Amino acid sequence: MKARLIALSLCSMLLAGHTLAGEITVSAAASLTNAFKEIAHGFEAQNPGSKINFNFAASGALLQQIAKGAPVDVFASADQKTMDSAVKQKLVNSADRKDFARNALVLITPADSKLKLQQLSDLQQASIKHVAIGVPASVPVGRYAKRALENARLWPAVEAKAINTQNVRQSLDYVARGEVEAGFVYQTDAAIMPDKVKIAFSVPLDEVISYPVARTAASSNAAEAQRFVNYLLSPAAQAVLGRYGFHKP
Amino acid sequence: MADWMTDPAWTALGLSLRVAGCATLLNLLLGVGVGLLLARGRFPGRNLLDTLLTLPMVMPPTVLGYYLLTLLGRRGPLGGWLDQHFGINLIFTWQGAVIAAALVAFPLVYKPARAAFEAVDGQLEQAGRVLGISEIGIFFRITLPLAWRGILAGLLLAFARALGEFGATLMVAGSIPGKTQTLSVAIYEAVQAGQDDSANRLVLVTSLVCVLVLLLAGKLAPGRLAER
Repeated sequence: MKARLIALSLCSMLLAGHTLAGEITVSAAASLTNAFKEIAHGFEAQNPGSKINFNFAASGALLQQIAKGAPVDVFASADQKTMDSAVKQKLVNSADRKDFARNALVLITPADSKLKLQQLSDLQQASIKHVAIGVPASVPVGRYAKRALENARLWPAVEAKAINTQNVRQSLDYVARGEVEAGFVYQTDAAIMPDKVKIAFSVPLDEVISYPVARTAASSNAAEAQRFVNYLLSPAAQAVLGRYGFHKP
Repeated sequence: MADWMTDPAWTALGLSLRVAGCATLLNLLLGVGVGLLLARGRFPGRNLLDTLLTLPMVMPPTVLGYYLLTLLGRRGPLGGWLDQHFGINLIFTWQGAVIAAALVAFPLVYKPARAAFEAVDGQLEQAGRVLGISEIGIFFRITLPLAWRGILAGLLLAFARALGEFGATLMVAGSIPGKTQTLSVAIYEAVQAGQDDSANRLVLVTSLVCVLVLLLAGKLAPGRLAER
């Protein structure tokens, strides 16, 4: 009898899991990984009982998950286009979105690289065999890079050398390992591995890289989700973002 | 109807078949060789070696991919050596995808091959020796024909496994359309980008190929596939 009771209570514990009242899931662009983890600590300390689960990936991939019904409460994208698409599909209410950070596109090389790269046209050099670029269709950093290369009329030449990556951190990793001669990442990603990669130059763009965030329309915990969105714009969270190299919105 | 013929799905399918085919050929040589060695050889560390060779079956493909990337990468011990001495670079090439697929599928050939060699009646080989057949002759005329069905079943499963390889392949070979983007990687990318039309076509092609492989497996090795 006693054993049965114990077994029963164990089962109910397993089924119940550790759901906290203030538990939310945040789907965020891969470039936000380090800053958001630190911001979550601050948020959870300020709001006892809160728990943030993160899901980091390329913004386009995150959008697809939300569109297919993934239980996500907050969506933070690395570009406006993906968020526009979320609004159009009614996954996010237009009134709920807020810009919370800006970033810059850079071209990086391995830290010990001897190549002299000063402008995009230098990527045509024969010594550049592979260039890591996020898949433009789903990875914002890849779309920004493609646009910059198209503006410089270099896209077909560089596309032939492109190694498609699934998110910006994969591009960073391939450069850090020296598997590619160069890669397009955000300034903030390059800053994470200063001993392994170096910035060749900032890539000129005709659009601003700004990050929007919004609670999702289908959030089952809208109040908590909104609280996290508001916290992102607080001085404490903005200071963390600034420390990782993000610019003010 | 030329439209569907130029579909990128066919390029991905062709590449997948080439990668899986080469990986299976590689595993035929390695799996049968090593299977024979461990079935017949008696040497210290035999059990440990068997464990190591079976490991790819239980290890996550991402772990294998990471091992391969660090080993074969330009700064890895083996990759650096190949690059320096032969100018060979395996990362981001379809040959790299072959190595990843072969590694993941290896135990599926090795295990049945070893079991098949162990099941061969030693008296038949002994009879061959008495009749004066050379050791090589005994292997090709007695041992291999007796063990063949078990080996074939393993090869077909290994081919199917190599065809579906995703994790290690993506890490080692990347995703270059037409060069290293296999069916499973192309599906992943299409889904990530919300290109459901493309994903549907690729998934359909993959499912058909898998059914064909299993049907073929049933034809070639009747009764055997279910047992192993």
